[in-house]
Amino acid sequence: MKITFPAMGHMNIAVKSLLSGLKLDVVPPPPISKRTFELGIKNSPEFACLPLKINVGNFIEAMEQGADTIVMVGGWGPCRFGYYAQVERDILEGLGYHFKMIVLEAPDSRLPDLADQVRNLGENVSLGEAIKAIRFAWHKLSAIERLERRLDYVLPRAWEKSQAEMLYDRAIADIDAAENWEQVRDLARHAEQALGALPLSKETPLKIGLVGEIYTLLEPAANYDICRLIGRMGVEVCRSIYLTDWLNDHLLGGLVKKSVRRHLRQYTYPYLNHWVGGHGWETVGNAVQFARMKCDGVIQVGPLTCMPEIVAQSILPSISAREGIPAMTLWFDELSATAGLVTRLEAFVDMIQRKKLVNYEQVKEA
Amino acid sequence: MRVGIPRSLFYFYYFPLWKTFFEGLGATVVTSSWTNRQTVECGLLSAVDEACFPIKVCFGHVKELCSQELDFIFIPRLVSVENRSYICPKFMGLPDMVRALIPGLPEIIDITIDLSRNSRALEKDLLKVGRRFGKDRRVTRLAYNQGLAEWRQCIRLCRQGYTMAEAVRIWDGEEVTLPAANSLNIGVLGHGYSLYDRMISMNLIDRLRQLGCQVQVVENLDQALVEAKAGEIPKRVFWTLGRKAVGGALLLDSQPHVDGIVYLACFGCGPDSMIGEMISRKVYRKPFMMLTIDEHTGEAGLVTRLEAFCDMLQRKKAINL
Repeated sequence: MKITFPAMGHMNIAVKSLLSGLKLDVVPPPPISKRTFELGIKNSPEFACLPLKINVGNFIEAMEQGADTIVMVGGWGPCRFGYYAQVERDILEGLGYHFKMIVLEAPDSRLPDLADQVRNLGENVSLGEAIKAIRFAWHKLSAIERLERRLDYVLPRAWEKSQAEMLYDRAIADIDAAENWEQVRDLARHAEQALGALPLSKETPLKIGLVGEIYTLLEPAANYDICRLIGRMGVEVCRSIYLTDWLNDHLLGGLVKKSVRRHLRQYTYPYLNHWVGGHGWETVGNAVQFARMKCDGVIQVGPLTCMPEIVAQSILPSISAREGIPAMTLWFDELSATAGLVTRLEAFVDMIQRKKLVNYEQVKEA
Repeated sequence: MRVGIPRSLFYFYYFPLWKTFFEGLGATVVTSSWTNRQTVECGLLSAVDEACFPIKVCFGHVKELCSQELDFIFIPRLVSVENRSYICPKFMGLPDMVRALIPGLPEIIDITIDLSRNSRALEKDLLKVGRRFGKDRRVTRLAYNQGLAEWRQCIRLCRQGYTMAEAVRIWDGEEVTLPAANSLNIGVLGHGYSLYDRMISMNLIDRLRQLGCQVQVVENLDQALVEAKAGEIPKRVFWTLGRKAVGGALLLDSQPHVDGIVYLACFGCGPDSMIGEMISRKVYRKPFMMLTIDEHTGEAGLVTRLEAFCDMLQRKKAINL
């Protein structure tokens, strides 16, 4: 049994480590490339959202490399994602692949269910080993996220931006290859120190809050690495979703650390008074939160035709007006040219820069 | 007190229920006009570009109602109309979307209709609405139950071959005559709020009838059989309308007297993108055509495709005979 799984940002590293910890043969999906997109787009329904297309591309490429089992997560709507696994299975079977699909159902289930499901995956693994595997994966993920936060801070300020990115990329690759948690700890610590030692500009950069759909936020291939594009413009990115937070809230029932989701309720009223599936409600809450945190702007990202994000997008202008924060929505689809995206980002950054200056001068005059 | 109900989205399913309910509370019900070019233009201007066509049209209807003297406008938050199923995220956020994008609204009655677990929350919301009209528990309950009875009557009408929208029109006092028996028998599937709105669907159903087809929609079928067929696929579809479409398609596929199936999808509709794919893969006995519509106004393309489809079915039938 050779297992593969869908790619989603740094989750790959954690899942890979988790599955190998369960003594399973893992074929991680090859890095998302132009070919992945092409395979996915060719074989998926035209109006499906981008993550499904990338998933299909991932699976095809992984099966070309010998995978015969797919692990996928499910859900019970109303977001389309809950039905992904079914449609993907139909598509791949239609293409003539032979494989087994394991769907981990109900992402809002509780820890015991998940542990059972994961344990059922492992054939000859004891409960202790399973827990150890989960903890190690979690450990890797936390370390990566610490570095991610560090890079978000350093990149807009660093003079040598490529240097910062290189240090970060190398550390991520090393953590991916690490075999025990001491190694992960040391690697993360060294990388953090190296990033901290870079010469930084003294100016306070502009801050942009990034909100939106989780896959588009977390998978650089699905958003043309928007975090780095923004960071390279000398603007600090505030992310709304970190994978560990999301897993903690949705899979582990707030067991590991404090829930970041619960306090969003105070921000969503009166804008959106009901959850709408996907991340629509969180998008609205986070946008308001960023506005009150005095970010200089908010950018919403999502795959084209994402239903919950369309609800959030409709509400964003009224947040922008009432909370006084510039906001922009970017949809991502099959289009593969970054020039248009960069132009829009530059224009947005120019605009919030000017707005800040105007406000500053008004304060000075008064 | 005057309550405005937009003639869009779930108007086509639940108008009798809502109208009876509000009249039972002593209100006068005002509807917007049938969708027309102006409604569409208005809607396109108010809604975000990425929203699906029916939602944009709904914005147009709400805008039209804004210009009338109303005390309330009824835009329910439709989460779920049955156990463990949803409609669509956009319906769950509709009142908030409308509030954010349309200025100068009358007060919105945005009760949450969520029957995914039980009806307790809905009942509470209904009583709250009743209180706004100065009515007590008993009157509100009575009004709601009467509404349900009227709505069931419409459902029964559908079994005689009327679409849900036609049943609602008959209930509203209009006269609707079904065309006499026809040569072709075609199943038409899709979300009712786009299928039955003559502007959105470019009058698809009547066009098919003019081309000599007997049209069958999901509501005409035996609901128990539809559900049974929908249960055949590995995972229950969690969108109410999507599940009915899948069940309907599989049922029609298995019925010998059906000649073909047409699925009307909306551009950008989430459930349609998944359900359409599922159906086109599972329907293998009957010719199947998927039509995608959005706000473009050229009818010729649609007409040509329908004519070609019907011609093909006629020819197939002639050969089989």
